[in-house]
Amino acid sequence: MEGLERIIREHRFFAGLDEGFCQLVCGCAKNVRFEEGQYLFREGDPADWFYLIRHGRVALAVMMPGRGSITFQTVGVGEIAGVSWLVPPYRWTYDAKALELTRAIAMDAGCLRDKCEQDHDLGYEVMKRFVPILVERLQATRLQILDVYGGTS
Amino acid sequence: MMSGLSDPMVPRVARVVRRWYETPYTWTIEIESEPPGTDAAFEAGQFNMLYAFGIGEIPISVSSDPAATRRLQHTIRAVGSVSAALARLQPGEAIGLRGPFGTGWPLESAAGRDVIIVAGGLGLAPLRPAIYRVLAERRRYGKVSVLYGARSPDDILFRRELARWRENRALNVEVTVDHATDAWRGNVGAVTMLISRATFDPTDCIAMVCGPEIMMRYAIAALTEVGLPDDAIYLSMERNMKCAIGFCGHCQFGPTFVCKDGPVFRHDRLRNLMQLEEI
Repeated sequence: MEGLERIIREHRFFAGLDEGFCQLVCGCAKNVRFEEGQYLFREGDPADWFYLIRHGRVALAVMMPGRGSITFQTVGVGEIAGVSWLVPPYRWTYDAKALELTRAIAMDAGCLRDKCEQDHDLGYEVMKRFVPILVERLQATRLQILDVYGGTS
Repeated sequence: MMSGLSDPMVPRVARVVRRWYETPYTWTIEIESEPPGTDAAFEAGQFNMLYAFGIGEIPISVSSDPAATRRLQHTIRAVGSVSAALARLQPGEAIGLRGPFGTGWPLESAAGRDVIIVAGGLGLAPLRPAIYRVLAERRRYGKVSVLYGARSPDDILFRRELARWRENRALNVEVTVDHATDAWRGNVGAVTMLISRATFDPTDCIAMVCGPEIMMRYAIAALTEVGLPDDAIYLSMERNMKCAIGFCGHCQFGPTFVCKDGPVFRHDRLRNLMQLEEI
């Protein structure tokens, strides 16, 4: 557990987390590894886990009929794969696939949700770390939609 | 800053030496002033006024290495009548050339500090001379990151150079696209997402940003978020430059003229102007 706690503290998402909170979070965490091409999760599946990427890169993608899998974002070291675990109905709305060997901390989403419900201070701490990610992704998505560069078509 | 010509409004003749395709609708032309061998020194970030005879004149940043002063490269996207005419020019054909004009990137201020270069789309072209200079004097700088965003893999400028810069590890080069293809194995997402991933000391760093204005606004927000102060962020602005020497007022941007006070500005000079409409 001590090794896992150190790894979690070193990850940007949980940097500076209070000692007590860190122990609570560690109780929901495990180390995982994905080979290139392996899925972390698939669209429609229950959002039971989310992932703190430690090494490698993950493509977030949706399947479009006639066009195949369309990657709309990649996430890498220090980032999070999966935010749908935060809100009902707790199901993934896209696929996450390792583009290369990827090491991550897998967080048991149900476990963390329960702990956040029991300890609202922890819940607030987790939300303070997730909301900026959601805002950053929203802004980045806005920039993508605006298609600001012009180009080939 | 202007060249040593007596009248900066009079173009001199230059000839196209080479031209090559960069991306669909985007070409780089290499020109040489007449007589051949004429020196055409410029600072990284400056622009020239290129005149397609009989059609018109537009400002284009120099995209080549400032150390190569006899032949200049300009990277042009064919979006209007003048730029399309310039992009169509063949080796041996003549154009009118005025310049160089405007301010350059703060390469001296950046010495001894980390450097983060954020480019979007065609905005990599005005930054390429700065990247060449940083590479030529790599030991003068701390960690250097080049973060580049393009619309799609087909729209990536200077693809081979980016790959070469990435391979030699002197720079941290990250490229991302807004819209990926099946074959693309790199990053996908807005270029601003690369800023929080880059390694640099925000208390001792200079950022150089060039791209569409809205992209620059988001990039400034992301740089500010990670701790860069306003006076450490430099932008290259684009406006309707005509005379290029601050006389005509076409490129007026609040109290400044982009042609002579810019195009490279420190962000604290523009902070209150960038959100204004109709300016």
